[in-house]
Amino acid sequence: MASVLELDDGNFSETIKTGVTLVDFWAPWCAPCMMQGPIVEGVAKKVGSKAKIAKVNVDEAQQAANELGIRAIPTVILFKDGKPVQQFVGVTQEKALMSAIDEAQ
Amino acid sequence: MEDVVIIGTGPAGLSAAVYAARADLKPLVIEGTTPGGQLVVSYEVENYPGFPEPISGMDLMELFKKQAVRFGAKFLAGDVTAVKALDGDYLLNRGTETIETRTVIIATGALARRLPIPSEAKFYGKGVSGCATCDGAFFRNRDVIVVGGGNTAMEDAIFLTRFAKTVTIVHRREYLRAAPIEVEKARSNPKIQWMIPWVIEEITGDQLVTGATLRHTETGETRHVACDGIFVAIGHDPQTEIFRHLVKCDKQGFIKVQPWSAHTSALGVFACGDVCDPVYKQAVVAAGTGCMAALDAQKYLESK
Repeated sequence: MASVLELDDGNFSETIKTGVTLVDFWAPWCAPCMMQGPIVEGVAKKVGSKAKIAKVNVDEAQQAANELGIRAIPTVILFKDGKPVQQFVGVTQEKALMSAIDEAQ
Repeated sequence: MEDVVIIGTGPAGLSAAVYAARADLKPLVIEGTTPGGQLVVSYEVENYPGFPEPISGMDLMELFKKQAVRFGAKFLAGDVTAVKALDGDYLLNRGTETIETRTVIIATGALARRLPIPSEAKFYGKGVSGCATCDGAFFRNRDVIVVGGGNTAMEDAIFLTRFAKTVTIVHRREYLRAAPIEVEKARSNPKIQWMIPWVIEEITGDQLVTGATLRHTETGETRHVACDGIFVAIGHDPQTEIFRHLVKCDKQGFIKVQPWSAHTSALGVFACGDVCDPVYKQAVVAAGTGCMAALDAQKYLESK
């Protein structure tokens, strides 16, 4: 898996339902999100089959963002079989994200 | 071996990069924790000379970078984690990599302060925010608090009125440090309310913020206020931890520079921008001192 999936309200629940999925919640007006994006892309390149890597523009997935109680971006949430297992608020480095994915295996 | 390594990419670091690159020093610029610096979260910059119309902080910093790139400055993402002096040169750690350089320009700026109460950390990202432009849209038709009395607090409060039902500015003392023009804009905004002199003692809620307990700093009276968001704008602390063994800092942690220069107490190490400015903290001042740092570094290299 090398690319980052782009999710919206239409395919969000379906994508995170099974397995381990890392989701980066972002928006184009948010400067720190512009730093988180490349970090998540880096994770996608390294992660192999351990997890799906996705991003959600909160403008296009307001329902998902609302249900998860997201009040700040960037927020990165790691899901396992549909349930959030770890949540990171603010720019989070690759190392922390990779070890969270390893823990969730 | 590099001639000049610049750490930080706010107005100071990028101005130093423009000047050092034009002097053909081929500066290596390490982007730091916040590429573009504090300004990137400013919705509108109205006081940078040369821009008669408001420009977003992100756009302004993009232009700074473009100018530095045009003259050949090299950029590296990431941050410096340690600095060591070695025979008159310097070794910088960036992740697992070591960079050797003859001079260092410190332009790491300052980091937003957090509220000194445990419940702030608990609710960070759950209603507590340090970035109004990032998170304001989550508070459409809700009640929010802005903590602080400086320019950032006023600007955040005004920006948040686009989304929020009400914005309450909470500040610990009567005196507001913000520029009169910003205070007046906030005062004349019908959505903005004031609680002065009050402080937040406790943030309450279950999963998300639902309110805060405030204390009057003179009478000691406490009051609980319902709110969904709390935006913290109580100032910044200089990011100097990794440099304190190397250069002299003042009590607050700002790097000390010699008057009318960017020279620190260590030869070949220069500082510019908010990291050494306990007084003005303005983009245009940072840009000016960035220029000074590059010229001082150039002169130092020529004399060596």
